[in-house]
Amino acid sequence: MALSPGVHILLYEGSGASPLGSERRFGILTSLLDLGYSVSRTGIGACLSPEEDTLLVLGDFGGAAPVLEDAGGKVQITAKNIAGLDAVAVSSLVEGERGEKPMNQPGRWKPWFPVIDYSRCTNCMQCLSFCLFDVYGVSKEGKLQVQNNDNCKTNCPACSRVCPEVAIMFPKYSGGPINGEPVSDADVNREKMKVDISALLGGDIYNRLRERSEAAKSRFSKERDSGKALAERKKCLTKLASDGFIPADVLENLPSPEEIQRRAADAAAKAQAALAAAGA
Amino acid sequence: MSSPAETPRILYCRCAYAQVVPQETKDAVLRHLSEGGAAFDSVADLCEMSARRDPRLKTIAAGGPLKIAACHRRAVQWLFHSAEAPLNGESVDIVNMRTLSPAEACARLDAPDISPT
Repeated sequence: MALSPGVHILLYEGSGASPLGSERRFGILTSLLDLGYSVSRTGIGACLSPEEDTLLVLGDFGGAAPVLEDAGGKVQITAKNIAGLDAVAVSSLVEGERGEKPMNQPGRWKPWFPVIDYSRCTNCMQCLSFCLFDVYGVSKEGKLQVQNNDNCKTNCPACSRVCPEVAIMFPKYSGGPINGEPVSDADVNREKMKVDISALLGGDIYNRLRERSEAAKSRFSKERDSGKALAERKKCLTKLASDGFIPADVLENLPSPEEIQRRAADAAAKAQAALAAAGA
Repeated sequence: MSSPAETPRILYCRCAYAQVVPQETKDAVLRHLSEGGAAFDSVADLCEMSARRDPRLKTIAAGGPLKIAACHRRAVQWLFHSAEAPLNGESVDIVNMRTLSPAEACARLDAPDISPT
């Protein structure tokens, strides 16, 4: 779902163009930004370079727009005269210039994925073990990474709750510290009393992880048979749903217990391998 | 503190993909930037750019003193990091539009110095 923006826009008000006026400039900026475009206002100091994008230069040129060319030959530059156009008309012009170039736009995909605060992460791999959707992975150096953020379930911050160090953020989440607010001692203590999410995974995965990670915080110690694990999983799902912490549609679309067991085993194996490699 | 000779660049995030930043604040800040004479860059959503590891984040991060009008510092810092574009904490001022008032956010952007928080 993550697509290149395709077009970078430059609002040009320098030599050869008239000032846009603050109200019109504001209207054009908000309109284009809310459509998902990046917009630079010209002058010395603008820091975005168009990279591989098409650069669309918009200005009140008072006549034909100039013909522009990238000296480096990498960027396609197009200038358009927007004299007399309001924000809606400018947006239409830009959309027309983009044409068929794919672009994510607001309302289509919410950028929802875990962001790891590595100043807090202890590489305990509990998130990797917990996530059933293969969002997490391990780098060549054995470091936890978010590798498949498109797999993350929108509005579900559950993995942040299994992190004993409050190191997982979802910036689009409403409340702190999951949204990136500073972490307080109270937050850390609260995290130690989290929902027993290991029941979702059906049992003793955390026991194995705990033995392999000094950093991991122990929470669950008793052995569980499969029937008991399933019963606890159901209880856990009910609690998570009633807490409103995991969106109902995510809960409803969880795989079968057997598939959960299989995925959990895969995730646990990946985590154990990473922890073993780190300890070697 | 940045050198007085280096005017911090300004990057504004619209948070267009989820709108967790108060509308009043982000509109007021954008209007303030729009009415000023300085150049600035604005992006629809830093989270979205980080998700697709937009290479422009590296350009932004590598460009010297910078003020970012966005949200919580910890989130912004690690969003850039996850896009392999780590910010230099000493030369980046993250103005949190999620918690600051419009007036406070605009004042922080107008201040000539970088105030790492």
